[in-house]
Amino acid sequence: MLNDWLYIGIFAGISIFLPAAAITIAGILGPRKPDLLKNSIYECGIETVGTTWVQFKAQYYVYTLVFLIFDVETILLYPWAVAYHQMLLFGVIEGVIFILILLGGLLYTWRKGALEWV
Amino acid sequence: MNFLYDPVGFLAEWLRGLLSTWGIPDVWITFMLFLVGAGLLATGAMVLVVFLIWGERKVIGRVQDRFGPNRVGPWGIFQTFADLLKIFTKEYITPTGVDIVSYNLAPILAVASVLMVWAVIPFSITFYGTDFNAAVLYIMAVGSIGEVGVVMAGWGSNNKYAMLAAFRAVAQLISYEVPMVLSLVLPVMFAGSMSLVGIVQSQPVWNIFLAPLGAIVFLISSIAEVGRAPFDLTESESELVAGFNIEYSGLKFGMFYVADFLHAFTISLLFATFFLGGWQGPGAAQFPFLGFVYYVLKTGCVYFLTVLMRAALPRFRIDQMMDLNWKFLTPLSLVLVMLSALVYKILPKNMVFLQVIVMVVLNVLVYVVADWLLNYYEKRNPRPAVVNELRPMARFPYAVAQSSSVSKKAREG
Repeated sequence: MLNDWLYIGIFAGISIFLPAAAITIAGILGPRKPDLLKNSIYECGIETVGTTWVQFKAQYYVYTLVFLIFDVETILLYPWAVAYHQMLLFGVIEGVIFILILLGGLLYTWRKGALEWV
Repeated sequence: MNFLYDPVGFLAEWLRGLLSTWGIPDVWITFMLFLVGAGLLATGAMVLVVFLIWGERKVIGRVQDRFGPNRVGPWGIFQTFADLLKIFTKEYITPTGVDIVSYNLAPILAVASVLMVWAVIPFSITFYGTDFNAAVLYIMAVGSIGEVGVVMAGWGSNNKYAMLAAFRAVAQLISYEVPMVLSLVLPVMFAGSMSLVGIVQSQPVWNIFLAPLGAIVFLISSIAEVGRAPFDLTESESELVAGFNIEYSGLKFGMFYVADFLHAFTISLLFATFFLGGWQGPGAAQFPFLGFVYYVLKTGCVYFLTVLMRAALPRFRIDQMMDLNWKFLTPLSLVLVMLSALVYKILPKNMVFLQVIVMVVLNVLVYVVADWLLNYYEKRNPRPAVVNELRPMARFPYAVAQSSSVSKKAREG
């Protein structure tokens, strides 16, 4: 199994190196003439108003929380799915009850309005 | 192992033999073979993007009743090379006040996250990067690094619209991860293993016949994951000015573009692996090259389908996309996993035909119930219809009759 991780490590290194090398080569080949007007921030052709890092909606945070719940649920479901063929019907019904509890959670967040895009 | 039947395995064995006759220890031989294999695979993926972009432009052009690019080379094949040459020589306009690490690392991460998925995909019975035994989790984890790249691009650009667009993009991407991962429980369940090699080898009967609705849910949510039409609100080229990559120019923007197309091709590869039987086909076990050909054909069909969807469908609004995900796809995939697990356990093990028929009927029933529920909900809360009001029309009113009388007067007097 060490060979698996070695290959993935090599592949990760190469997949970071390739775009980095391409970007560096293009940086060397291209012109470099920074200008005050060219480097200004784009805001539909006008001067920028206010600071950049503005407040954002809390709804993004709520979506992230709901995603976290369901992501952890699926990670817990994968060992159940891998052991599916060695299970009796009892084990399958246990997994089904787990999913039902989480469906109840989804219904709760739906009715509480956590899934609305305000 | 003949060269014709299995070119990649033959070359790997020949290289290994060559290196061992040179007296290099075994560990170094493995390392060097891995390095050469990974380098060739990653470079092949990047070169493939060139032809993917060309193919997509031709197909979209034909759908829109025009030729695609057809000037630069026979059938316009070299068009993307010309575009690449142009983009390589463009200037990197780095705006003032950007966060240097975020801004420069974002395109690299976006491409790296997609390339790393190619390490575990089995192209034929002997041609795969590595037989990783938790490959499905690895694919999901690595695919999420691209989303970090999107946030880094938006945040580091020192542009409030890029930042807001990046947040919206990430909200879409993480939302659609949930039904994608849930619908992947089905092939893992049927195969009993999370490794892609195991999943492909467990499909003498393709998984699309055992879980058609799961396949459709996976396809829809992975198209939304890529950010392609009709879910391309994040980079809607005609509406927002390019979303989170407003402040990118030159090859950095090109890298986002490459990541987009490569990601679309990668999900076609994954769909063919999980649901269409990968390299399985008549004679693929003895002749690995034939398995590779089958795999390429299946992936090509799925990619063609995604290109057609891009050409034909209008864009969703962001609240429609979120509603589709959280209120339709997630409960649908949860219910499907539950019912598929129960029914598949009850069925007898060796009557494949019966299994296929029962699972297809189950999926059709689940879809019919979901559809009925949607219609019921729509009847209870109908959208307000706009009736008895003239729609505003782009037509010059009332001046047509006058201008004809004016011209008559001009002609007479």
